[in-house]
This record gives sequence, structure tokens and C-alpha cells, in this order.
Amino acid sequence: MTPLLAESRLEPVGWAENPFQPYLARIVRIERMMADNHLFTIRFLDTARAEGFRHKPGQFVMLSVLGAGEIPISISSPPSRNGVLELCIRRVGRVTSALYRLRTNDVVAIRGPYGNGFPVEAMAGSDLLIVAGGLGMAPLRSLLWYALDRRERFREITLMYGAKTPDGMLFRDELVSLLDRDDLRCLLAVDADPTRNWRGHVCRLPDLFAHAKIDPQTTYAAVCGPPVVYKFVLDRLLQLGFSKDRILMSLERRMMCGVGKCGHCSVGYKYTCIHGPIFTYWDAINLPEMI
Amino acid sequence: MKTTKLPKAELERFVSLLSRFGEVHAPVERNGDFVFERLTHWADARLDYTRTILPPKKYLLPPQETLFRFDAQNGYQPAAARLGQRLVLFGVHACDVYGLNLLEEVFDGKYPDPYFQTRRKNVAIVGVDCVPDEHCFCRGMRADFVDHGFDLFLYDIGEDYLVLVSTALGDDIVLAGQGLFREVTPADTDEYKRRSSAKRETFQLDVEIRDLPEIFEMEYKSDIWEELGERCLSCGACCMVCPTCYCYELVDGVELGSCAGERMRCWDTCVFHTHALVAGGENFRENRADRIKFRFYHKQRGFVVQYGRPACVGCGRCIVACPVGINMVEEIERLRGARDTATC
Repeated sequence: MTPLLAESRLEPVGWAENPFQPYLARIVRIERMMADNHLFTIRFLDTARAEGFRHKPGQFVMLSVLGAGEIPISISSPPSRNGVLELCIRRVGRVTSALYRLRTNDVVAIRGPYGNGFPVEAMAGSDLLIVAGGLGMAPLRSLLWYALDRRERFREITLMYGAKTPDGMLFRDELVSLLDRDDLRCLLAVDADPTRNWRGHVCRLPDLFAHAKIDPQTTYAAVCGPPVVYKFVLDRLLQLGFSKDRILMSLERRMMCGVGKCGHCSVGYKYTCIHGPIFTYWDAINLPEMI
Repeated sequence: MKTTKLPKAELERFVSLLSRFGEVHAPVERNGDFVFERLTHWADARLDYTRTILPPKKYLLPPQETLFRFDAQNGYQPAAARLGQRLVLFGVHACDVYGLNLLEEVFDGKYPDPYFQTRRKNVAIVGVDCVPDEHCFCRGMRADFVDHGFDLFLYDIGEDYLVLVSTALGDDIVLAGQGLFREVTPADTDEYKRRSSAKRETFQLDVEIRDLPEIFEMEYKSDIWEELGERCLSCGACCMVCPTCYCYELVDGVELGSCAGERMRCWDTCVFHTHALVAGGENFRENRADRIKFRFYHKQRGFVVQYGRPACVGCGRCIVACPVGINMVEEIERLRGARDTATC
């Protein structure tokens, strides 16, 4: 006779919501945005999962390439357009190199979305300033379209995006087409224009502040870019009088679980995966080694 | 909580009783050290042990485990078949129960880990009290007693063990072993209290943790970290033996010539160079000093914010395991000490 464990121990554990479970998804489109920077459009094989997937701007997914591994990728697609996910992915490591060997119709796997995303409920009713440098547009595109698709929820919307050249600009054609919108101040800057037919500005990203009047009292700023962008843009925002809680940044770290267990993305006393990846500027300077 | 009494003379029958509830694992001696292992003979259980090399964490978060099997047709299939094995861990010290309780919190929360939680439900824990040695600082870490996380806890009161019954399962064990247990008398309780007070005096190592989070913030740029970085070998032994370290990495193992394989998780540690290294070569904790500081900081400061107490139970394993003699308690005392009189 083997006595059973007490009943309380027999309650089933939630395998239906195994947080590590990747779901198969198909690459439906690969668009080359730059050399080594492609936009992958991906759809879950399971229709209900594809149609039911919801995310907030600023969240990320864990992307598995079969046999190569799993990586965190921020979601570039607007939350308002369901059915597919757009992931802007740079070829930089082992998993992304394996991904770049795949073709349209090949299968990958996705789990998520994870992370806090932008505090869009708190931001509603405010002005919105989006500042991106280089590849920093990838996570901010989701926020930009979230705001444009719900235009009435925000007051003034300003986009400042800087890249070295027009060819180095993510989503360039899409963003250039926004230049004509009158409900958005779309300020695009390149350091240099070898093409000579660039419609935007030729200047440094921080110089774009001269072209927009920003009220720090009523504005949320969302910033993402390489360290040099943070250095100059953050200084500029503080000079303008921004509260450190109204400056939002999308940060990245090594991640393996995405759900606050594996320890890799820990910074100070926060996990980038569950407490971030969107942090306020105060978080960023208050947490040791965050920026 | 119910209490009962188990005569030491009944240990053989007690182990046999436990084996009806699962495979019994207990501390046994191996080459002069102690390890938790399957108990093949009841008398091999060394209830007088100091500490095992690895904490019982290894049963709930194994050094390596397969999470999924994958292939292109079926995707990622959870490997859950072996999680249901019933184990009885016999002879777990309070500090290690405390450690398991902390891990249980980490692997719960908004995203419960079904692998860990399934194992936890299938593990019964019988604790036993202990005599601290020169490396134990559980009292300082407030982990010398636990009030939950075990099914039974045995306190030595001489000829008998006073037994605390903490769970319905523990109660089932006691009921199934009716003949073994005796009524607790007031004299037994007095003996327990006498021994408990006496134990308090036997600690040789103490640490004050109340103001540690503040001190860690203020001493974040202390030279002590650079010095520690010079000594630390980044071998990771401290993390491997730690009952509360839970960092792991995911490794996809692929069968040759295919895209099929296994997704495994393996213990990792924040002192390894690769812990915060991302594709492209950026390393957020490039220097050894940054990494050992991160380990201390996360245990004594970061974890406190998230879970309300330090991720350290004072078991002393890291002190014993460190090949260069880095001692968490001494370093905390140095951080706490004034700059010109830094002593241990």
C-alpha cells in the first residue's frame, strides 16, 4: 500500500500556462530594411493564437529559431493591427544569424508578450515626444502607431528620429510618408545625405529640438537609441525642464526566460524583463549600472 | 501546529514509514563530506551532519534539466514526464528549508514555473535541527528557524525528537505511523526550550542585516569591490553551492543533421563572464569586481526589495566552497566598518 500525498498536494500545476512554452509561427514576409537589419513579419500557425495575440507598445517577445536558441526581440508592430507580429531584427549573434538563413514560409516559435510596455494609460491626454536614434526606432515604432491609431487620446505628437544617412533609417519610406500629416510633427534627421534627395533635415538628432516647441509639463518623452543618443537627448530634456518620471526609456539586457526567473537581466533590484524594458529616467539613474 | 514525539530508538521504523510516502533521500557521508543521496540503509542517514556540499535545491532545480523536446513538426513539447517522482527529503536543516521557501517564491509569482512547482508538490520535507559550526551564520540571517515549508520538523530533546507537524501531509505521515509516536509532555517542551536557548549561545559567526541595504547603496563605489575582484576567480563555486542562487541559462542541444533536439536549463552564475554578455559583444558586467559586487548586492540588497528579505540563509556553504577564502560575513563587516579601522 502506498499512501497518497495529502489532497492539497494533488492540485494540478498550471501546465496550460507554461511560461516557457514557445508556439510555432510562420515567417510570412522578410523585408530588407538595411544590410543586416530585416523586418520579419510573423504569424502564429494557430489561427486563434494569431488573432488573439495582444500587446502593449514597448513589450517584447521571446523568439526561438529551431535548433539555434531563443532571444528577446521588441515588437515593432502597432498593437492595433492584429494577426501578425513585425519584428525588426539585426543580424548580430548566433540565433539571429540562424534566423537570417531562413526564408519566407519557414517556421520559428514565439512566446510572450513580456515586459511592462509603455504606461499608455497614464500617458493618455498628454503630449507625446518620441525620440529615436539609429536602431532605437525598432521598439518605438509600436508606440508611434499606437498613438497615431488612437490619435484622439493624445495632444501634440512629435517624432524626432536621427540616423547617420537615409539608408540607415529604419522604416524610412513609412516615416517619410508621415512628413505630410498635419496631426504629427515628424522630424527626421540624417547626419549626412549622400543621396541628395532627402526630404528631411540634415543635422544631428538633438538639433531637431530647435524645430519643435515642447512643453515639459504636459509631455511624456519616449527615448531609445545608442548611448550617444541618451547622452545628448537626456541632457536636452532635463534642460527643458522634464521631470525624470516623464522621460521613458526602452532598455535591453541579456534575457533567457523573459519572466523574472533566470536572473540574467537583473539590474540593481529590478529585472529588465518584468519591471522593464521601459524604465523612467529616474529608474535608469537610480539603479546602479542601468545606463 | 501539532506536536508529537518520536523516540530515537524508532528511527529505523520511522525511515521505513517515510519510504511509504516517496523515495527517501537524506544526508550521508561521502569521502569526509556530506551529500543528500538516496538512503539505501536507514543507519546511513547522518542526522548529525554539518552541511551537505549541495543544498536540497538540486532536487527542485536540478543542475541540468530538459524543459522541452523540439522538432519542426511538433514544435516544443514540454518534458514533464519525470517531474512526478515522489521524494521524501529527510534531515533538512532549517536554513535549507528557508532556502527552498525563497526559491518557491521566485518560481511562483506572476509566471509560476510549472516544472519547479510540480516537483515541489511531489517532495515531502522532514527537517531536523542542527548544531552550528564555525561557518554558520543563519541566526544573523534570521534563518535559524522556519515556520513553514516542511511537513515534519524533528527537534532533538535527548532520547526523543520533538516533532512539529506543519502540513496535512505531515499529519498523514504521523497517522500512518501511529505506533511510533508518543504524547509530548511538559517536560519535553521544557527540554526543547532549554536546548533552544543553549543553541543561541553556540553561534560563532554573526551578521547584522537590518541596515545592510542602505550600507550597500552607500558603499557601492567602495574600494572593497575592486579588492574582491582581484581575489575572486569567477569560478562560480559560491553560486553552485548556494541554496538561494537560482540563475540558469537555456541551452538548445541539437541532434546532428537535424533541427530536432532538447531545450535544457542549466545552472548559471552571475560571476561568470558571460552572464550579462549580449550578442554584438556588449557586456554589462565586464569586470570581475562588478560581478562579485553584483552577487553580494543582489543577495543583500536587490532581493530584499523584491522579496522582503535577503537571498542568503547563512548556511556557510559559500565560505567553505570558495577556493580563495572570500567570506561573505567578513566582507559585510568590512563594508560596515569605518574606513580607517576596517577589520574582520
